[in-house]
Amino acid sequence: MKNLTLTLSAILALANPLAALAANVTLLNVSYDPTRELYQDYNAAFAKYWKAKSGDDVIIKQSHGGSGKQARAIVDGLEADVATLALAYDVDQLHEKGKLIPKDWQKRLQNNSSPYTSTIVFLVRKDNPKNIKDWNDLVKPGISVITPNPKTSGGARWNYLAAWAYGLKQNNNDEAKAKEFVAKLFKNVPVLDSGARGSTTTFIERGIGDVLLAWENEAFLAKKELGPDKVEIVVPSLSILAEPPVSVVDKVVDKRKTRQVAEAYLQYLYSEEGQEIAAKNYYRPRLDTVAKKYEAQFPKVNLITIDEVFGGWTKAQKTHFSDGGTFDQIYVK
Amino acid sequence: MAIARTWKSHSVLPGFGLALGFTILYLSLIVLIPLSATFIKSAELSLGEFWAVVTAPRALASYRLSFGAAAIGALLNAGFGLLTAWILVRYTFPGKRLVDAFVDLPFALPTAVAGIALTAVYAPNGWLGQWLEPLGIKVAFTPLGVVVALTFIGLPFVVRTVQPVLEDLEAEIEEAAACLGANRWQTFARVLLPALWPALITGFALAFARAVGEYGSVVFIAGNMPMISEISPLLIITKLEQHEYAGATAIAVVMLVASFALLLVINSLQWWVSHRHGRKQ
Repeated sequence: MKNLTLTLSAILALANPLAALAANVTLLNVSYDPTRELYQDYNAAFAKYWKAKSGDDVIIKQSHGGSGKQARAIVDGLEADVATLALAYDVDQLHEKGKLIPKDWQKRLQNNSSPYTSTIVFLVRKDNPKNIKDWNDLVKPGISVITPNPKTSGGARWNYLAAWAYGLKQNNNDEAKAKEFVAKLFKNVPVLDSGARGSTTTFIERGIGDVLLAWENEAFLAKKELGPDKVEIVVPSLSILAEPPVSVVDKVVDKRKTRQVAEAYLQYLYSEEGQEIAAKNYYRPRLDTVAKKYEAQFPKVNLITIDEVFGGWTKAQKTHFSDGGTFDQIYVK
Repeated sequence: MAIARTWKSHSVLPGFGLALGFTILYLSLIVLIPLSATFIKSAELSLGEFWAVVTAPRALASYRLSFGAAAIGALLNAGFGLLTAWILVRYTFPGKRLVDAFVDLPFALPTAVAGIALTAVYAPNGWLGQWLEPLGIKVAFTPLGVVVALTFIGLPFVVRTVQPVLEDLEAEIEEAAACLGANRWQTFARVLLPALWPALITGFALAFARAVGEYGSVVFIAGNMPMISEISPLLIITKLEQHEYAGATAIAVVMLVASFALLLVINSLQWWVSHRHGRKQ
């Protein structure tokens, strides 16, 4: 413990010499882009909870970026105690490439280790001038669709798969027709930003596009910041259940002796308070009582899951997003 | 007068061995070792896989864009950079110091800032974009936007290499040319330009090399459409995001080899020109 405190104080001394005296433990939460606000709130709540429970002060540092990039940083040696990423495929890489976590990491916490969920919705301009209601409106000529690049953005992969799932459903599960549908949709995409926030900027600041495919929480956030007189949220008839998973990074917590607090940090996300914070930050809560309370906020959507339609992330990644996958095929004829 | 070139011509300055040793050590640490790591990583691929990765249609399209746009940007800079350097050296006007300082801004600005600023200006609702759009000229989110970004970041290289040479050229030379009956164009083309060529070529090479590797400013303005406005560095990042390290380094190796070959040619050209024109006296 002394050793740990010494290292920690050394790290903290760089940032804040006063805090070093009080702090017992720090955690690094490596997350993806849109969770910034969520974890700011949650970290404060958890620190309070942990102080009351164990008497230790805990300081949680956050790191945000594209989900794939963050996973790579951890594999390359960024000492993350916990990883809270956009999709299970990226967390899988911590096992595949880094052997930092066990293979069955996703079974360690309830609900596929995803304490909150989200989905993909449409953000349209005020009064919906192009009358966009559902996925099939996006492939019409003259509609301009904004989405980030599925190759670089976790969120965009959810967008792509949601569109694909709709294509399947409309065409009696005909894969070729679904591909045609998605190809047509991407013909209407004028800009492929590398991340979700980049696309939001393109849509809102640059005024490009009639519709933005976005995380539900990003769409709410954009609406809150811009005011309802600028944009509207449209919920399509079918969308995908996005489960952003969380995991302790075993190799790191064992080395830094932070396992106990790191596990408690993730567990507490499932608590009443954790769920409430998630809901307030526009993530769909798992806990029934909280879900009831925020029922009005989250419209009912027909949600498919990646496991039932695409057979899991590893398979979806290989079929659609790896080199020569369907995304490459629709661009390279 | 030509000096006989031997393996090691004796210099009046002592310490050749030591200085060369340090140079090679320094270059190895800073340049060669990191670059060789790239080659080693890409060796994880078999020859067939390597070839498939580097000749994929998207990769080929991205080389065309990266090298093509970099060359156009560097050429534009060679022309307008020469003009800027000329103005700054040969004329005095109020605010000259300020203009001189502006030239270096593309060096100092974080490239992401440059990219966002350029995008904001050239987007269809931006200051310039809203006037260009009705004319049918789309800059942001097209290959033209890539050229604009690469021209922006390359400007200082040409100005800063040409400027000192121009300063050294005395105005008397031009006066002498005029006295000997040369008209203005002849003075420029036959007297000034030959002296400026080496510096101009160096500036071009630097601007070009910088532009080929540029990432930060381009990704914002390019639109990043596969086959159309996707630059090679973005393709490398894309592959890294897919955790395809070897594939990413394969593209990097192609860019390295191509850049090295081009720079070698440009530098030889520069050497040849300076020996043909500059040092004849």
